[in-house]
Amino acid sequence: MSADVPSPDDQIFELEADVVLTSRARIARNLSGSPFVHRSDPEQCQTVAEEIRTAAECVDLPGSPVWIDLAEISNRHRRVLYERHIISRQHAEGHHPRGVIVDEDETTSIMVNEEDHVRMHTIAQGLQTDHCFDQVRDIDRSLETKLPWAFHQRLGYLAACPSNVGTGVRFSAMLHLPALSLTGDLKKVQNAANDLKLAVRGYYGEGSESSGNFFQVSNQVTLGCSEEELLEQFQQVILPGIIQYERSARRALLRQDRVGIEDRVRRDIAVLRSARLIKVDECMRRLSTVRLGVCLGILDDVDLRHINSLFVLIQPGHLHERVGDALSPREALVTRADTVREMLA
Amino acid sequence: MKCDRCNRPAIVHQIIISGGQHKEVHLCEKHAQEAGIPNPGKQPINKMLEKIGTIAVPLKATSVSCPQCGSTLAQIRQSGLLGCDQCYDVFDQLAHSMVERAQHGATQHSGRQPGQGPADRARQHERSRLLRALDDAVRSEQYERAAKLKHQLADLNHSKDVPDDNDGAGESA
Ligand SMILES: [Zn+2]
Ligand SMILES: [Zn+2]
Repeated sequence: MSADVPSPDDQIFELEADVVLTSRARIARNLSGSPFVHRSDPEQCQTVAEEIRTAAECVDLPGSPVWIDLAEISNRHRRVLYERHIISRQHAEGHHPRGVIVDEDETTSIMVNEEDHVRMHTIAQGLQTDHCFDQVRDIDRSLETKLPWAFHQRLGYLAACPSNVGTGVRFSAMLHLPALSLTGDLKKVQNAANDLKLAVRGYYGEGSESSGNFFQVSNQVTLGCSEEELLEQFQQVILPGIIQYERSARRALLRQDRVGIEDRVRRDIAVLRSARLIKVDECMRRLSTVRLGVCLGILDDVDLRHINSLFVLIQPGHLHERVGDALSPREALVTRADTVREMLA
Repeated sequence: MKCDRCNRPAIVHQIIISGGQHKEVHLCEKHAQEAGIPNPGKQPINKMLEKIGTIAVPLKATSVSCPQCGSTLAQIRQSGLLGCDQCYDVFDQLAHSMVERAQHGATQHSGRQPGQGPADRARQHERSRLLRALDDAVRSEQYERAAKLKHQLADLNHSKDVPDDNDGAGESA
């Protein structure tokens, strides 16, 4: 979890963490000789899940990983895994035999029987796509010694959806773009993203709205370039462009109306520190302004790590988990406000 | 895609099914005429379909199903998903056009191959570069250059067995 990962404040700008919340790399793989997940019956899914789990046990993956059988755990726990970005919504809501392998610090997860038989992910704070890729590639290489990945001479690694064939590699970064949202220049980023063959999604991936001014940017094309070329293009060319654009929008805002920005930031932190009832949307919105305030140096008594982890901790599944019981809508508002006040005290 | 009988671009694509087997035919304008297939250039709808990446397939083809997963052409078209690794061979043409569309025109993998270790990275970069140059040469009909590039690619693939530890990682390739 972000709150547990030490990231000294002077590293914020080193890892471009003023704009990049997290980066991720994922590899999609399928077994040769078995139907893909959407064409498999429950028995076939079960067999595949066991085969992958056994292989993962054999190759001794780093970080003392555990196997979680998603059909065995409660809805609430599936929701928590989803809110922490360990599994996708689709994976949380499935009904067939499926699971996830997660390491102890939750940086690496392997979804089994999501859209593809295997989807390996690694996540890191700030801009570290290259570091993520190194890790996930090692997992792929280890599993490859035990599992027959479906591979096609011309098309590369095969996947259920043609948009994932080839390398099966997708890089993504969760970007915080509050200044571009304020100046109304987000549309330009989105248009540029389309031209650069990037997908832009919300905080919780495909189909989710971009609450808190977070935007998940990822490469759409997985075929025709080597993994290294895709990575270089993403981390060295595409992301720096967007990061600089957001930074210059932030500087422009300060230049044009420093008092106005300070007023917004200070009002929002005051509300978060004293509210007794708060809805998730309002909370995300105010946290976003506060995050901007911390990065602009307006607030110096707020830890960026706390803000980053609050975006997850205020979600419904985490509130339920905190109380240990189902919450009424009003209790959720109370618990959310309590969580925020404690963290920002 | 090239004509089956010469080097010109194919304009007619058909899947022929007989005795449970399916066969693909790709022909240029001239050879299509010789084979008695009407020139699609005179049928605007065919041209249109070609442009948006759909390939005209005889209706009969819908009865073909993948021996491994049972998927039919209609199911794949409807869901946008292939059923298994064999589907990519059984429904080669459809898969090709689906991939081409999803991947913004890319149709050739130039990334890592199974079993490739970190030591192969430099060669992989070279392979990737050559494949793109080849694609470019074919598109612009520079066949001499294409032949040369094919040669270089073959040489590169040939050198696979030669140990190469340019980044010193102790992993078997
Ligand atoms: Zn011909
Ligand atoms: Zn199949």
